[in-house]
Amino acid sequence: MTVDIFLKYLGVFAVGGILCTIAQILLDKTKLTSARILVLYVVSGVVLTAVGIYDYVVKIGSFGATIPLLGFGYSLCKGVFKAVDEFGFRGIFTGGLADVASGIVTAILLALIASLISKPKSKKQ
Amino acid sequence: MSNHLNKLTEKKYSEMTNRYSKKSGLIKDCFFAFVFGGLICIIAQLFHDIIISSTAQKIFGTLTEENAKALTVMFMVFVGVLLTAFNVYDEIGNIAGAGTIVPITGFANSITSPAMEYKSEGFILGVGAQMFQVAGPVIVYGTAASVIAGFIYYLIK
Amino acid sequence: MSTKQGKQTYTNDRKVYIKETAAIVGPREKEGPLGDYFDEVQNEDFDEKSWERAEAKFTGSVFQKLMRKIQLKTDDIDCILAGDLMNQCIASSIGLRDSGVPYLGLFGACSTIAEGMVTGSLLINSGGMDNVICMASSNFCAAEKTFRMPVEQGGQRPPTAQWTVSGAAGLWLSSQSGGPVITSVTIGKITDFNVTDANNMGAAMAPAAADTIIAHLSDLGLEPSYYDAIITGDLGLTGSGMLRELMDMHGYSLYDERNNCFRHQDCGAMIFDPIKQKTHSGGSGCGCIASVFASYFYKQLQGGNLKRILVVGTGALMSPVSVKQSESISGIAHAVAIEAQ
Repeated sequence: MTVDIFLKYLGVFAVGGILCTIAQILLDKTKLTSARILVLYVVSGVVLTAVGIYDYVVKIGSFGATIPLLGFGYSLCKGVFKAVDEFGFRGIFTGGLADVASGIVTAILLALIASLISKPKSKKQ
Repeated sequence: MSNHLNKLTEKKYSEMTNRYSKKSGLIKDCFFAFVFGGLICIIAQLFHDIIISSTAQKIFGTLTEENAKALTVMFMVFVGVLLTAFNVYDEIGNIAGAGTIVPITGFANSITSPAMEYKSEGFILGVGAQMFQVAGPVIVYGTAASVIAGFIYYLIK
Repeated sequence: MSTKQGKQTYTNDRKVYIKETAAIVGPREKEGPLGDYFDEVQNEDFDEKSWERAEAKFTGSVFQKLMRKIQLKTDDIDCILAGDLMNQCIASSIGLRDSGVPYLGLFGACSTIAEGMVTGSLLINSGGMDNVICMASSNFCAAEKTFRMPVEQGGQRPPTAQWTVSGAAGLWLSSQSGGPVITSVTIGKITDFNVTDANNMGAAMAPAAADTIIAHLSDLGLEPSYYDAIITGDLGLTGSGMLRELMDMHGYSLYDERNNCFRHQDCGAMIFDPIKQKTHSGGSGCGCIASVFASYFYKQLQGGNLKRILVVGTGALMSPVSVKQSESISGIAHAVAIEAQ
């Protein structure tokens, strides 16, 4: 039991860590800006999910695979497939955003509140 | 073009630029990206495992796996926004690099930081319009990719 | 009148004195190695609600401080030459809109204060003007917002990146005697060796600095050893090394054999402690050379530690739009020769 939990968390840590490390290598070694890398990650997430590879990554990494932005692409793709199964053609357009809506709406709402109550400060270093 | 620097060519200068430009400490950067990125995912997993634990279910009522996952993402977004609003996310990001950019907390940070920054330009064209400086392209191309994937799936299903 | 020497250099027949200076900087600059030389320290937000207003207040406060120091009426000032890094130079225009002095806005990126000294000394040598104020300012947070990303956004800077100096400085140029003298000025050419990395300004500007220094020396038939110090604006640690190699490559050594050190000094490399303050390649921004020259070097000239210096303001001519459109980053540099009296 405890070994299972340990292994699960090890998987989460390793997969999450590796996905971030790949992005770090891209940041340091190429001229890609962070915005480009994030777009690359989301689109890769959609593609990897569509061809069925990312399901394995999620199986090993659980939240280590879904919390990095690849997971955002994973949700978009899963959502769209589910909706196509359910609603047919209409699902192509309704499925993607529906599955990530909770995250985006939370971010918009909280960011709005943050802009009301907090002021940006200069960097320490 | 400069006639005083007649011994310099663009090619020579680009080689010289490479020689003088210090490189990032890749090993150190990757180590911190790995650790911070991994830890953020662990926090998400912990939160998820706690809210679906039998004790929590007894108190708050049953929670479907789907809702638990959505709640976890919302919680992580909340953490990202909170750390940004308290002016610490950028300080952590300075050490963690991609470890704080790639997780969903970084997505929340990329929405919150322009929202705070552009408040000085008003709520409509400042906060409202600038919020999606980085998140906008992510949503645009993610959605576009999902539509293409959905269309292909629809055809071959 | 100014007399043209060679192709780009003008010597002043009418003496132009730098009679007084003022500089206000932010806390990071105060903590740096030159902290004790600055007149005043203010927070980067200067109690204002936006970074832009804060920078404008830096500019306005420097102007008032300078006016208090020189005890002239605003009517006695013929013209202000000022510029900054924000779009359309709004920090200068907002900061100086209540000054009641004729105003010319300048854009020379981080070379602005040198551009101001060049223009100011030519204006005084026109015979029509007697008192000109040159100013320049920059603000770390405002520059981050304009050129990079919001300050609260997480991320790392590469080792070649520079920190924009938060600060503003003003110089009073006058035809009345007193203070160091501007003897000649050299107007630089736009120089571009196809650097596209917006995080490597030093590399983008080093060829411009070398080009202008060589132009100045060859126009006047001088050797680098004529000057006690050749001071560049904000090449930083990366760009300084590159400038020294470029000068060597073209037969002008900036090394001082007698004192076993470089004759060349760079304000961007001097203003911060790169290890303690983790400022990577050093400082940059219009306020960098402006505040360092107005405080540290001005005091060195007055104290007699330096007799003859060549101040070379360097700027990277780019905008957020040009960077997004993948234009290469052009450099510019203007040189001002100054002698202590």
